[in-house]
Amino acid sequence: MIHYLFYFLSFLAIFSALMVVLVKNPVHSVLYLIVTLFSIAGHYVLLNAQFLAAVHVIVYAGAIMVLFLFVLMLLNLNVETESHKSSWLKFMAVLSGGLFLLVLTASVKGSEKIHGVISGGSETGMIKTLGNTLFGEFMLPFEISSLLFLIAMVGAVMLGKKETQ
Amino acid sequence: MELSYLIYKAILVASVLGVSLLVAMYSTYAERKVAAFLQDRIGPNRAGIFGILQPLADGIKMFMKEEIIPDVSNKVLFILGPSLAMITACMTSAVIPWATDIAVNGKNYALQVTDVNIGILYVFGVVSIGVYGVMIGGWASNNKYSLLGAIRASSQMISYEIAMGLAVISVVMMTGTLSLREIVTQQHGFHWNVFYQPLAFVVFIVCAFAECNRTPFDLPECETELVGGYHTEYSSMKLGFYLFAEYVNMFISSAIISSVFFGGYNFPYMHELNLSQNMLAAVGCLVFFAKISFFIFFFMWIRWTLPRFRYDQLMNLGWKILLPLALINIFITGIIMAINNNFAF
Repeated sequence: MIHYLFYFLSFLAIFSALMVVLVKNPVHSVLYLIVTLFSIAGHYVLLNAQFLAAVHVIVYAGAIMVLFLFVLMLLNLNVETESHKSSWLKFMAVLSGGLFLLVLTASVKGSEKIHGVISGGSETGMIKTLGNTLFGEFMLPFEISSLLFLIAMVGAVMLGKKETQ
Repeated sequence: MELSYLIYKAILVASVLGVSLLVAMYSTYAERKVAAFLQDRIGPNRAGIFGILQPLADGIKMFMKEEIIPDVSNKVLFILGPSLAMITACMTSAVIPWATDIAVNGKNYALQVTDVNIGILYVFGVVSIGVYGVMIGGWASNNKYSLLGAIRASSQMISYEIAMGLAVISVVMMTGTLSLREIVTQQHGFHWNVFYQPLAFVVFIVCAFAECNRTPFDLPECETELVGGYHTEYSSMKLGFYLFAEYVNMFISSAIISSVFFGGYNFPYMHELNLSQNMLAAVGCLVFFAKISFFIFFFMWIRWTLPRFRYDQLMNLGWKILLPLALINIFITGIIMAINNNFAF
């Protein structure tokens, strides 16, 4: 049962990830990206990491993607106004994408074989374990990353503020 | 999985869905009656006795109206919008505990569809995707009023979600759990969270109004400026879905407010009455619905009392008043908890 769910979610994730790149309409592309994020959240639930799944949906699908959609709707991009990229740029994009694929494949191939935990029962993703680990063992990195977020937030507000003269 | 378990879950899901749709249906009737009462009118009284069949008549009217899909709209997304709004409205009820366990043939059955240990986060997750229904519908209509309504709705919902989440964090700090069932159980014996977290409650209920797009925050469909807002182009049952989703959302937020702040199915002296287990569950369920009905009435009461905000006032309220209040509340809660833990009086 869980295996079928896994295959279904994987198919959905890969299919919609491909569609993000392949569809012409930018709004459709964002909607497919949202479907991809949801299927990844589904994978988290299968791995018994409910907290991660919920936060993933709230932050990515619920906030960041809404802002993406927001901007795209305001810009109202369509085929006629699309700027044409030079063939030089396209060539470089393909090249760098290919290089990235090479790095990914190499790192996955070089890593140790991961023994899959597909069914539930693992306590790692539960909120209690996660909280104890984050606020115990990894206290310093956790605080530093939250400080980084704060700096980014202050920077964004500074950039967004109107110049008063 | 045994068969009886599957049947029990199927019955539970079907009845929760049925009840929330029924309550939403009669909320439309109640809204008109409350409006009539507040404005010294009679309200609907033609269909059936006291106009009790009015929601049914409205439903039939919605189905019978002509279905119009604008020629310039994006057809798939135009249909997807109201469907998403309805689906997300119906999904939240899965984690609400409706009553204490009941016993059938010596076995205990929990009256809650699923008790995930992140219950309250699940609610926030569903609420945060609820905005897509409005956004997609508004954009797909290809109408500037719809687009403006959709954009207002999305920025309003994102802004108020933050204050709402922060208000709940102080409750979570106190209870030490995210599971709604646990939160309700801990409020047993009149230890309702509203007495310990009044500020969090005020912030939460204001945000709930904004999340449901109810007056005084119904700017996405502000008819004086935007014709009909995001549903300007909609007709027939698709319009019905948008309007209906608002009532389902109202029911669900009343249920969440009652269970997080007002003890859910708990009532004073519930274990001194010596009721049998099933009787206790039944009375608890009734009490829970009484609390929900009060909050639905409260939603309507506010709607017919207060005028609509201006858009910049709405944003100022969210970001400059509610957000700092919620943060201060977290801070105070933390200090009090630290004092209580370190110096036990």
